[in-house]
Amino acid sequence: MGRQVLLIEDEPNITEAIRFLLTRDGWQVATHADGGNAVDVIRAIRPDLVILDVMLPGKSGIDIVRDLREIEQLRALPVLMLTARGQLRDREMAERAGVTRFMTKPFSNAEVLAAVRDLNAQASGG
Amino acid sequence: MQKAVENPLKSRNGTAESGGGGTARDTLTGSRIRERRLIAGLRQADLARQVGISASYLNLIEHNRRRIGGKLLVGIAQVLGVELSMLTEGAEAALISTLREAAADAGAVAAEADRADEFAGRFPGWAEVLAANHRRIASLERTVQTLSDRLTHDPHLAASLHEVLSTAAAIRSTASILAEPGEIEPEWRDRFHGNLNEDSLRLAESSKALVAYLDESETGTERRGVPQEEVEAFFSAHGHHFPGLETGESSPEAMVQGEAGLSSDAARQLGRQRLAIYAADAQAMPLTPFSRAVGRLGPDPLALAAQFGADLPAVFRRLAAMPEGVLPTPTGLVICDASGSILFRKTLAGFAMPRYGESCPLWPLYSALGRPLVPISRRVSQLGRSSAEFECLAVAWPHHMPDFDRDPVFRSVMLIRPVTGAPGPADPPAQPVGSHCRVCPRRDCAARREPSILSEGF
Repeated sequence: MGRQVLLIEDEPNITEAIRFLLTRDGWQVATHADGGNAVDVIRAIRPDLVILDVMLPGKSGIDIVRDLREIEQLRALPVLMLTARGQLRDREMAERAGVTRFMTKPFSNAEVLAAVRDLNAQASGG
Repeated sequence: MQKAVENPLKSRNGTAESGGGGTARDTLTGSRIRERRLIAGLRQADLARQVGISASYLNLIEHNRRRIGGKLLVGIAQVLGVELSMLTEGAEAALISTLREAAADAGAVAAEADRADEFAGRFPGWAEVLAANHRRIASLERTVQTLSDRLTHDPHLAASLHEVLSTAAAIRSTASILAEPGEIEPEWRDRFHGNLNEDSLRLAESSKALVAYLDESETGTERRGVPQEEVEAFFSAHGHHFPGLETGESSPEAMVQGEAGLSSDAARQLGRQRLAIYAADAQAMPLTPFSRAVGRLGPDPLALAAQFGADLPAVFRRLAAMPEGVLPTPTGLVICDASGSILFRKTLAGFAMPRYGESCPLWPLYSALGRPLVPISRRVSQLGRSSAEFECLAVAWPHHMPDFDRDPVFRSVMLIRPVTGAPGPADPPAQPVGSHCRVCPRRDCAARREPSILSEGF
């Protein structure tokens, strides 16, 4: 069974495209669209990697990462953040919150795939 | 004499730890005695001798290490030739608090900050200057912060941009999958085609919404804060028509007073100036005869100017001030100075005028500045928007009375009206213009000042 990615994104067509890409690459892909209970979903699914949008209904991606880093078992979970805001201060804020990788929209499919593979390799000690 | 001297303990920061019946800042009495003694040119020993205490004890008093009151203080005041109150009335606690804040903000050494009360006691005038400057800096910093937030954290702008970029991301990702070589299952292919169609429609809508927002906001409340914008919001709220000024029952001063929307002196002053111009135009071209003349001659500015013996800029302004029903079409108006800065706008639906910064240099408003006193008429259409066409009538005029050896100061005014009916076969095509370079998609434009976010930013 392939490793699992949880994609938290409220844009259904982005979700569909990324799900297609990652599934084809051998990943199991779970999706979720609400920020409000995202931490509970992550805790329940325990994915190997999370792809997270910043502007989500219920709770921002930044706040979700902050909450994750407070939880012992999820402190090292790789998080790839997708955002429409790519300014330096946004990157810095994301890094301070504990985001592992930061990617601005609109991104290329190759970039997303490369980032997911890279983060997985790092987390696996590769 | 020394029995009259109280001997309270003082804390290290100079504030009294116990009461004593004195004023709130009576711990500074010593500093004021020292200040007055130095002004009087007396040595410590001389003053001490005259009031019957030792010089060393006076030294302790002057450094606020001994509290002083009663007969000794009266005696010192007499020797120094000052009112008793000049020695006892200290600086306000608020002043000292402000000085401490100023010292802390400036990173002053602790020892200096701790002596704020002494400073206020000895140099009350300078202390007030310093405190006033500190308050002013704090106020200016708040203003800067507010304006900065408005520019960088505008929630409408952030939401609009997020919508555009997210849709672009979905399109890019989906289109890349479809463009890849090799077959894709028909079910996925159909789904992605459907998504592309849906997203492209969304992108078109959200881009239009973003451009409209960048161009201007129709809600007056969002444009508050800058005097000119407050005046425009005030005029807009009245539909650019003021019956009180038409009949003479009200005055610009009376209209400005008590108007909550004009929040600053600058806004009220600008409002008064614009209303005074309105009142003068109304007097020169009263509503009833002007409306009748429009009905008879049509909204032809030259014919109306001849009828009322008025100049063209005044007729343009008057036309823009007509209540609903007088003119066959709505009208917009824009006035700029010789630098191109917009001084006043009456917006017209469909014709975008930027909220901030400079407008499109191709507007006839600016062409008129190059040929002062020559009326210009152009049919224009704005790129990237609807295909609506507008008739723009513009003229530049000297804003002040001419004077020998003095360069005239020109202003330009442009009346904007929607074109109704199809152009005739002999009519030249409408001249394409923009609103602001940043939101104008026109390529290879000789008038471009900066890149467009529409053609190059995404």
